[in-house]
Amino acid sequence: MPQRINLIVNGEEREVEAPARRLLVDLLRYDLGLTGTKEGCSVGVCGACTVLVDGEMVASCITLAAAVDGSEVTTIEGLAHDGRLHPVQQAFIDYGGFQCGICTPGQVMAAKALLDDNPRPTEEEIRDWMMGNLCRCTGYYKILESVVAAIGSSSANSSGANGEGLAG
Amino acid sequence: MIDFEFHQAMDLDHAFALMSDYGDDSRLMSGGTALVLQMKQRFSQPGHVIGLRRIPGLDTIEETEDGNVRIGALCSQRQVENHPLVLERLPLVAEAYRHVATPRIRNMATVGGGLAHGDPNQDPPPSLIALGASVELSSANGGQRIVPAEELFVDYFETDVRPGEIVTGLVAPPAAEGAGTAYMKFLPRTADDYATVSVAAVLTPDEEGKCGDVRIALGSVGLTPIRARAAEEALRGQPLTEKNIRAAVATVPDAVDPLDDHRGSADYKREMAEVFARRAIIQAMANSSRV
Repeated sequence: MPQRINLIVNGEEREVEAPARRLLVDLLRYDLGLTGTKEGCSVGVCGACTVLVDGEMVASCITLAAAVDGSEVTTIEGLAHDGRLHPVQQAFIDYGGFQCGICTPGQVMAAKALLDDNPRPTEEEIRDWMMGNLCRCTGYYKILESVVAAIGSSSANSSGANGEGLAG
Repeated sequence: MIDFEFHQAMDLDHAFALMSDYGDDSRLMSGGTALVLQMKQRFSQPGHVIGLRRIPGLDTIEETEDGNVRIGALCSQRQVENHPLVLERLPLVAEAYRHVATPRIRNMATVGGGLAHGDPNQDPPPSLIALGASVELSSANGGQRIVPAEELFVDYFETDVRPGEIVTGLVAPPAAEGAGTAYMKFLPRTADDYATVSVAAVLTPDEEGKCGDVRIALGSVGLTPIRARAAEEALRGQPLTEKNIRAAVATVPDAVDPLDDHRGSADYKREMAEVFARRAIIQAMANSSRV
């Protein structure tokens, strides 16, 4: 049964009419056209569909959109501002943190969530946090290096409004 | 997923009213990590889903007057693993929740949802049973029942939560003074998987190094979490020697009744249950201030 779902997506108020079974990943991709968020496993294991809901990272493939009605959602499209990439995005480019790219939006969102929560994670904390983001190209070392590189530059501006001062 | 109507409960009374309106055709949802998967696979096809996550007042962790720790049912599992009071008073509980899936899932999944789900492969129940924790179940008009965690799980994905009841809290006592605790998760596949076998042990050595009180509970080895009572009996009052520990855990294979699955055959899990029970006891001893 269709119901009205109101979300603030990347800072913008959006209203969608969708059936209660609509998953957040599908609402983002098909109702709002935000195809940066990818669907991988569909069972909350691979991390490709990671987005932030009220600042917390969630698996959008097992989140009912109706259940997060009224929330703020941040997707990969919401990280860059005024043509400047978020420091985590820039670090993934600088350090080759992706190969085929399908897992990258989820990796970047998970890394951003980590640095928002813990601005100076140790390598072990990064590995532990990113454990649930699978990369089928197995480019894990480059992903780790990218997250390490983003430390410091990201903590100063977790809103992503300023991409300067990338730590290397 | 079969379509349904979604109702967001705004407080507990609203939730009870919705449950009364839709009865058997409704399912409760908090984090959704279990129910949404069941609905995707059409194991569960409710006409109505009642969302609990917005109910205020159920997401706090506090010390009770008698020195226990009460964890609200809507606390995320990640909240539990990081909470200072849990880390200080219930390190075993923090450890158990830290082993659940991934940080993303622990952000979404709640304590109450996990308990009500009744999956025998979950990480927290063995530790909750070994500590002697209780689960608070609430119903309309102020009704409340306190059920020991050990009695909550009655069959495969089946709990003692009755129609009209909602899990509203978890109350756990800290381990006794001098006790050591341990949670061992045998995880041969990936780090975010369910256990092949898991064991929690809470053991209090007495002043002479003999085993005082001891509670051992296992996960992933049957239709419900299972307490290794024969092993506890065999250890209690005995010197904590390797020989006595080995003799005690030799009873574990008979106490468990694992299912064959892709994490191992029943026979393999039965053997691993013994091995990991021994390791959990040794680890609990090592964590005790008295040994």
